[in-house]
Amino acid sequence: MVSALALKQEAPLAGAALDVDDVSHHFDIDGKVLPVLDHVTLNAKPGAFVALLGPSGCGKSTLLRLVAGLEPPRSGRLLEDGRVITGPHPSRVVVFQDPTLFPWRTVWKNVALGLEAQGIIKSERHRVDAALELVGLSSFANAYPHQLSGGMAQRVSLARALVNDPQILILDEPLGKLDSLTRLSMQTEIVSLWQRNGFTTLLVTHDVEEALFLAQRVVVFSDRPARIKADIAVDRPYPRRRGDPRLAELRHDILGLLGLDATW
Amino acid sequence: MPTYSASETLDLPVASSERAGLSTFLRGLRGRVVGFAASAVWLVFGLSCWWREDLGDWSRTNEVAIGALLIAGVLLAASIAGFWSERVGEIVRNRAPWLVLLGALFSVWEVATAKLGWLPLPFFPPPQAIVEVFTDDLPKLLDSVISSIKLQLGGYAIGAGLGFITGVSIGWSRAVGYWVHPLLRFIGPLPATAWLPIAFFAFPSSWSASTFLIALATGFPVTVLTWSGVASVSNAYYDVARTLGAKPSFLVFKVAIPAALPHVFVGLFMGLGASFAVLVVAEMMGVKSGLGWYLQWAQGWASYSNMYAALLVMSLLCSGAITLLFKVRDRLLIWQKGVVKW
Ligand SMILES: Nc1ncnc2c1ncn2[C@@H]1O[C@H](COP(=O)(O)OP(=O)(O)OP(=O)(O)O)[C@@H](O)[C@H]1O
Ligand SMILES: [Mg+2]
Repeated sequence: MVSALALKQEAPLAGAALDVDDVSHHFDIDGKVLPVLDHVTLNAKPGAFVALLGPSGCGKSTLLRLVAGLEPPRSGRLLEDGRVITGPHPSRVVVFQDPTLFPWRTVWKNVALGLEAQGIIKSERHRVDAALELVGLSSFANAYPHQLSGGMAQRVSLARALVNDPQILILDEPLGKLDSLTRLSMQTEIVSLWQRNGFTTLLVTHDVEEALFLAQRVVVFSDRPARIKADIAVDRPYPRRRGDPRLAELRHDILGLLGLDATW
Repeated sequence: MPTYSASETLDLPVASSERAGLSTFLRGLRGRVVGFAASAVWLVFGLSCWWREDLGDWSRTNEVAIGALLIAGVLLAASIAGFWSERVGEIVRNRAPWLVLLGALFSVWEVATAKLGWLPLPFFPPPQAIVEVFTDDLPKLLDSVISSIKLQLGGYAIGAGLGFITGVSIGWSRAVGYWVHPLLRFIGPLPATAWLPIAFFAFPSSWSASTFLIALATGFPVTVLTWSGVASVSNAYYDVARTLGAKPSFLVFKVAIPAALPHVFVGLFMGLGASFAVLVVAEMMGVKSGLGWYLQWAQGWASYSNMYAALLVMSLLCSGAITLLFKVRDRLLIWQKGVVKW
């Protein structure tokens, strides 16, 4: 599955810098205020790979929605390369927690969605084929989403994001639904994609090992409302080995931060 | 399969395969027996036409008899051919039970009306009287059919088109919803036929009035269901499209509408049913053509066989239209296969 096909022909663009600047956010549920993000400040250099870890329901997906520009923050600012993020843009592409494929489109047309929306599908059809090849689903190009397994659907949604050549790739537990074997190979795949294309990557995951295997930095959030509890640099070169004792050490630290070290 | 019993499954392989061959043969025979029975029943129907003199003066008794005998002959030939051709056998097997029933009903009908007069005559014409309408009054009947189809198609297309556009607009735009929604609430549930008296003097011709009424009857369900379809599209789809760079027009045409299409078709089906009713009433009341008018006219002359013939044609047209719409839906919503049970 590790194909030599780069999605782009030209030299890789560097990813964009991302600045989350003192962002707070809350929801109103039945007139009650539910604070979700509490003064979150986070900076990612161009091409950085940052993993976000935190308890379920703390606000990770909400932060990603703000970065994507799907909602404006209640206070604070988000900047992409120094420009304030005011709305969604195809330079920041999200792989959502649910694959949310369009059931009325074939796999191929689902992957083509972004290029079609931007009106460049006619000249860029080969990118769709390349993206499908990349996730190993070329033979399912004409299948409909209901004919896919959960893991395959998740891979299609990854291809749908990658085909756009994002500068910031936002991954919300993209591998959560995969079986452990596919998961491991997709992790390797994501690292090589990231290294090849150079996009800035923001990855939410529940899996501490996954965060450590993939990311240069692991940001640990508190319970809701999410505050940054720790920002840990994973100072190991790629390609990493899963058995690396340094990663095990960091894993212990992080589980401790999440209050789970008793089971270690 | 009832031809297998529990003991058979315990038999030795060789014996059981022989038995299986036998049971297949028996099952095949049973299918064929029904084919022969159908042929026999139609033979009876044909002969019943000649059994004794007709009670009334009908000119097509011989044709009906010969037609029935022809069908009996074809069924016989097909049943025999079924011994060699599995495909023909299959066709006969599938249709034979219905053909037996139809042949039997026709025989009873023929005997009870034309031969013995058990049913009072002008009201219950025999089969040959209805065949007579089709052969002797064909031009007028065809004219009516064409006129009905034209009126129905025009009104339905206008109603469905406008309903669809209105539905999408209210589903999409809050401002349009604000103005149209109360109107829809207030006027929509009114049966279209209630507008009939007003429509016939407000419109320049009865034709345009009827088109309006049919469009109205179609438009309401199409609007409401398109609207609810668009309104129920999950936000997640819009989020995905927006992060991929979709503009509002893309969101409408490539997200909202395809996602709402299953609802739209429900509306189209409901609209079709409602518009048939309006079509017939409008033709009876105002337009001096079409099948509704033909029915009315036949009633005026107390020619009941013409009425039955017109009813028959009407039901063929309506079921044809529904079938056509099903075909279109199956085409467009192929992706739903496997998602929902059809
Ligand atoms: N649109 C919304 N309206 C109201 N409340 C919301 C909305 N979206 C999220 N929330 C609330 O915000 C909180 C954080 O949600 P979020 O989806 O960001 O959590 P998460 O960290 O991604 O959790 P998980 O790891 O389980 O995916 C939750 O308590 C949720 O109930
Ligand atoms: Mg989440």
